[in-house]
Amino acid sequence: MTATLIPTTPGAARLHAAFARAKQEGRAAFIPFMTAGYPTAQAFPAVADALLGQADILEVGIPYSDPLGDGPTIQRASEQALAGGTSTRHTIALVKELRSRHDTPIVIMTYVNPIYAVGPREFMRLAQEAGVDGLILPDLPPDQDLEIADLAAEHGMAVTFLIAPTSTPARVKLVAEACTGFLYAVSVTGVTGTREGSALNEVPAMLALARQYARVPVAVGFGVKDAETAAQVAQVADGVVVGSAFINAVKAGQDVGALAASIREGCTQH
Amino acid sequence: MSIQLPTYPQPDERGRFGRFGGRYVPETLIPALDELQAAYTEARNDPAFLNELERLLKDFVGRPSGLYLAQRLTEHAGGAKIYLKREDQNYTGAHKINNCLAQALLAKRMGKQRVIAETGAGQHGVASATAAALLGLECIVYMGAEDIRRQALNVFRMKLLGAEVREVTSGTSTLKDATNEAIRDWVTNVRDTFYILGSVVGPHPYPAMVRDFQSIIGEEVKVQHQALEGRPVPDAIVACVGGGSNAIGIFAPFAYLPEHERPLLIGTEAAGEGVESGKHAASVAGGRIGVLHGAMMYLLNDDEGQIVPPHSISAGLDYPGIGPEHCLYSETGVAQYVPVTDAQALDALQLLTRLEGIIPALETAHAIHAAVNLARTMRPDQTVVVNLSGRGDKDVAEVMRLLDLGREQDAAPTPRTPEVLA
Repeated sequence: MTATLIPTTPGAARLHAAFARAKQEGRAAFIPFMTAGYPTAQAFPAVADALLGQADILEVGIPYSDPLGDGPTIQRASEQALAGGTSTRHTIALVKELRSRHDTPIVIMTYVNPIYAVGPREFMRLAQEAGVDGLILPDLPPDQDLEIADLAAEHGMAVTFLIAPTSTPARVKLVAEACTGFLYAVSVTGVTGTREGSALNEVPAMLALARQYARVPVAVGFGVKDAETAAQVAQVADGVVVGSAFINAVKAGQDVGALAASIREGCTQH
Repeated sequence: MSIQLPTYPQPDERGRFGRFGGRYVPETLIPALDELQAAYTEARNDPAFLNELERLLKDFVGRPSGLYLAQRLTEHAGGAKIYLKREDQNYTGAHKINNCLAQALLAKRMGKQRVIAETGAGQHGVASATAAALLGLECIVYMGAEDIRRQALNVFRMKLLGAEVREVTSGTSTLKDATNEAIRDWVTNVRDTFYILGSVVGPHPYPAMVRDFQSIIGEEVKVQHQALEGRPVPDAIVACVGGGSNAIGIFAPFAYLPEHERPLLIGTEAAGEGVESGKHAASVAGGRIGVLHGAMMYLLNDDEGQIVPPHSISAGLDYPGIGPEHCLYSETGVAQYVPVTDAQALDALQLLTRLEGIIPALETAHAIHAAVNLARTMRPDQTVVVNLSGRGDKDVAEVMRLLDLGREQDAAPTPRTPEVLA
């Protein structure tokens, strides 16, 4: 992490503090993801509680009908959550409920259309009121809509944009400088989902580039599925994001809390 | 002397036509879009590329397509002369081949050996598979399960041409979901794959590039209308709009004329069972601004931003959005977009078939309906050009099924008389 870390908003400060605490404990920050309203709106809070018991930061996804950056696992989870009635406003309400029980920072992952549909200002107002600390925007390159980041900041939240192995140095610079929460490095060219074997060989070079420009912690996601892959990522990243593996676990009726504890353990930095 | 690609206004530095368009895609794709933009800019100024494209359009596709005076349809309407721009005469049966050949040439030029495409009705898939076969490229086509059912003939044609057809069962199993899957494939294989996008949608530079490749339709109309009518600009132009590539191809060469020289431009949207029924694909009449497949546009989406499944009798119009340049035309009044229902399209299909001996695609039939109604309100010295975007072979089985259903419901012994004939 760079020394010039200046949180611009309360949300950014809380996220940065979470990364700092994890670092003090000798870990990369553990950032599990779960689709809001999955497997059902009723069952989701218990799943989220289990994850929050281990998480440094929880990432909650707004289920979306057309998730371009997601693989089949999260896509099907979204379809199931939508069918159960969870959508944009309901997700924010679910986060508000979690916030009443937990201090752990919570970020919302959303495609941009739900923000535009609710109205950017109204969306930010609702999210701030619910205690959301930041936003992750997988289909919004920062130069497409400069207003979204400004509005998030105005409402006390941080924003996270993504870089990929294909990103040129100029793009990495642009994206890194736009991030106020943390920078999200996508480990592979591809969509979310667990993969056979390890495909993380592009990560070190990408992170070296990212750290030249990022003023915020750098987390890595996509394809991280267990303690072993988390451990590989934790050697080079400030944070580890794990999503599809938890959805698979919920689907299989496995103990999500135990899986989270094992991956958190894997995030230990050596 | 080779062909020139047109120089209509390009989108702004963020890839937008007004507030529409853009590049709302995962960051992984941004470098690929930049690379595509650079390759396209270079190719469109390279005589070797343009000569090859011109040769293929002429000798392989069979361009120019005819501008045909539909005498009996004109008499039936009882007003302006109705001309049909015969994109159905193109090899593979629709306008789609114009764009596919150009993009496949571009793929080859960029050294990409693998091309992917999405398809609804199958016309773009067939055109992509054809171009890939011609140029020796590996081709994978994503198609919704529902469309595979509706368009069995085109699925077989693609396979015969050597393409792999991948069935998409997510979402509504139609064109929007096939497009999602194609984009996911591209995100995953972006380094060696070229995405042949089939309409004037998607992230910049696709809407502008596809428009440029399709604008040969309207450019030919200028020359042909001059020869037939002694003036290059018709009084009105009608084209069907799903994503909007055939429409932009015939509109764009006229859309940037000064207002007093500009023809009336009418796009017909699929109103399905009626805009008020909620079962339609009319993005302008029944949508609101949103983002899908990388672009901001008029879009069928609910007040929480979830995409509303579109409905149309025609698999090719079954798309919840409309190209960003069309959105700008609509917002600025350059073109008007009118809804046409499934029933009206089915009637118009039969009307054109019986009066002119031309079986149009169900997509195209939407435009025929509006053109007849429009011509009726105009003078005999005026002209309406309809973009006959594709032929109806692919729809014959589906039309037969629909008319049989109608007969059962009406308990009538013979197919019913089209409403517009009555």
